[in-house]
Amino acid sequence: MSTDALALPRMELASRPVVSRLHDWVTTVDHKRLGILYILYALVFLVIGGIEATVIRIQLIRPHNDFVSPQVFNRLFTMHGTTMIFFVVMPVLFGFANYLIPLMIGARDMAFPRLNAFSFWMTAFGGLLLYFSLVGANGLYGAGNAPDVGWFAYAPLTSRTFSVGHSTDFWTLALLVSGFGSIGTAVNIIATVLCMRCPGMTLAKMPLFAWLNLVMAGLVILAVSPLTAAQIMLLVDRYLGGHFFDTQAGGSAVIWMHFFWVFGHPEVYVLVIPAFAFASEIIPVFSRKPIFGYPVMVGATIAIGFISMSVWAHHMFTVGMSSAANNFFVISTMAIAVPTGIKIFNWLATMWGGKIEFKTPMLFCIAFLFQFLIAGLTGIMQGAAPFDWHLGNSYFVVAHFHYVIVGGILFCLFGAFYYWFPKMSGKMYNETLGRVHFWLFIIGFHLTFDFMHIPGLLGMPRRIYTYEPGRGWDTWNFIVTIGVFFQAAGILVFLGNLLWSYFRGKAAGSDPWDAWTLEWSTNSPPPVYNFASIPVVKSRRPLWDLKHPADPDWKYE
Amino acid sequence: MTTTSLMLPQTELEWRLPSRGRVGMYALIAAESAIFTIFVVAYLFYVGKSLAGPMPRDVLAPPFFYTVCLLSSSLTIHFAGKALRRGKVRSFGAWWLLTITLGALFLFGTASEWHRLIYRDGLTIGTNLFGTTYYSLVGLHGFHVVVGLACLATVMAFTLFGALKQEHAERVDVLSLYWHFVDTVWIVVFTVVYVIGR
Repeated sequence: MSTDALALPRMELASRPVVSRLHDWVTTVDHKRLGILYILYALVFLVIGGIEATVIRIQLIRPHNDFVSPQVFNRLFTMHGTTMIFFVVMPVLFGFANYLIPLMIGARDMAFPRLNAFSFWMTAFGGLLLYFSLVGANGLYGAGNAPDVGWFAYAPLTSRTFSVGHSTDFWTLALLVSGFGSIGTAVNIIATVLCMRCPGMTLAKMPLFAWLNLVMAGLVILAVSPLTAAQIMLLVDRYLGGHFFDTQAGGSAVIWMHFFWVFGHPEVYVLVIPAFAFASEIIPVFSRKPIFGYPVMVGATIAIGFISMSVWAHHMFTVGMSSAANNFFVISTMAIAVPTGIKIFNWLATMWGGKIEFKTPMLFCIAFLFQFLIAGLTGIMQGAAPFDWHLGNSYFVVAHFHYVIVGGILFCLFGAFYYWFPKMSGKMYNETLGRVHFWLFIIGFHLTFDFMHIPGLLGMPRRIYTYEPGRGWDTWNFIVTIGVFFQAAGILVFLGNLLWSYFRGKAAGSDPWDAWTLEWSTNSPPPVYNFASIPVVKSRRPLWDLKHPADPDWKYE
Repeated sequence: MTTTSLMLPQTELEWRLPSRGRVGMYALIAAESAIFTIFVVAYLFYVGKSLAGPMPRDVLAPPFFYTVCLLSSSLTIHFAGKALRRGKVRSFGAWWLLTITLGALFLFGTASEWHRLIYRDGLTIGTNLFGTTYYSLVGLHGFHVVVGLACLATVMAFTLFGALKQEHAERVDVLSLYWHFVDTVWIVVFTVVYVIGR
């Protein structure tokens, strides 16, 4: 993306033909370029998944609407969920991890650069495979084009009998392929963080960003692999006539649920822990204070990682498990609120008494704190099994997890985009447009997802393509859909800001935020070798030490 | 942490990090273990739930000889690595070839067992739940043996062309970690399929 990322004289670069510059991008093994490829790829899918969400909401704006057919509606929510989880949030987080971890730990690249490129292209082709289903999945019977089995694809809906044609195969293969990419990236992140740190950067002196991404990578290893195994079983069932999930031959549909949610719940933490990582870097810098309780933050993250492996069946309370199982999963679900609460208090304590600068990244992180708290509270409500029996499969669930993913993760992500955009592009973003984006998006978010809880409590099930008038759901659904347009407008302003700032923005300089981690010590954008000489660090805030030689951090840590 | 220790000149800073090859391989092994865990859980969950025959106790016999082959290949690969670290490339080549032979023998064992099950006992992956879980779990392990053998054969080719030197000992050790993993998984698979599952 950046013209001098190759560290060649500008003249020479400008004269190189487009084809050979493109060739550089396609064959790159540089962690920064791969990071940017991940992020751009995710932005494309964000727009696609966003359009799907908009069409879903237009269909539901009033009772008995017929904007899309029921069949198309099923495909839309399946594709929306799959796209957003696997081809937007995961790649964009991997992109930031790829770009920032080597810079933050003072390394010149990831541990395995070629594995890194392989992982990116696996993920990229996974996404293409999913959308190729629109062209290639018609099958023999003309039944279905895009996958329509829901993003968790419960058995036996995915069996050959109920899912004819090839749409489910495309879904399975897309997730399998991108899963290999995710595992490759996770292996790479773990090896990079443990083996590539610059001299002096002990584990206790790493930026929290590196710590949290290390935990995330561990979770990917333990969570995505079961999904891979389950997808292999589904392929065996569909192609080789196996009976894993075939109830007619004694197979179990419930075991698919277990296998899927053994992946599915840790996956939430795979997505949210990097969001915590963004907040843990942005909040201290804009509060002008070091992070409060660094060791506790690390400990709480590891605790979240462990507990998140033992809560999956709270997605299955309505299936009918034994009361012992119900109790276990209620208690473990409640327990995970403790380390999460600790983190929220630590961020607040970081801001407490700080000289807070309300720049766009900080605005998004503050909104994240409040929204993530509410998302956690509705999570505890549904974590209580008896209450979940009433709310299971309702719009309350949809509102809850969108509160986590949009209100928590996406807000942090926007913060991260604005915070690191100057580093990645060398240009400053437009602060006014950033604020417009923030206010449009926060209004849209609350209109949509606050009010979505209510029809859920009133009994509106998820995944219905239309509803009867006069059930008390009409007004709420209308408000929810109106909010979507605010969010869409916010996203357009965001993309416009990125484009405008990239071409017309002011030069940002190497350290626009007066920040403390190593990525701000090199040029913006960083040269291909990152650091001319490998830095040596003595504390958690190496740039603070550099800027304040009379009062360095390492005297106190 | 005292300030004096940190005031030392940077040149004296002792800075050691773990080998990225080993850490990467351990992470991969963790991921593979998670995949195998799911298949093992499925196998155990479906033990005795097949609606029609053939049943495991009628058709399965523990392959003791081939198990000994695979497990002893862990020993031979260990000796191979030891020889390479000492710079004895010829001795390494001999142990390495023996490892490949033992691995190939194991695969032959699996192949002949499958041939017998399919053509004599009429058990395929679609016959019943036992067939589905058995061929998936044993097949997944067999697939890992095949991948391992391909990697071992690549190293063998380098050895034969004289490209392998003492300085490659670390990389060869990382590869043998994978092979040890494949052998360890077989102990689990053997226990699940031939001991508990019957």
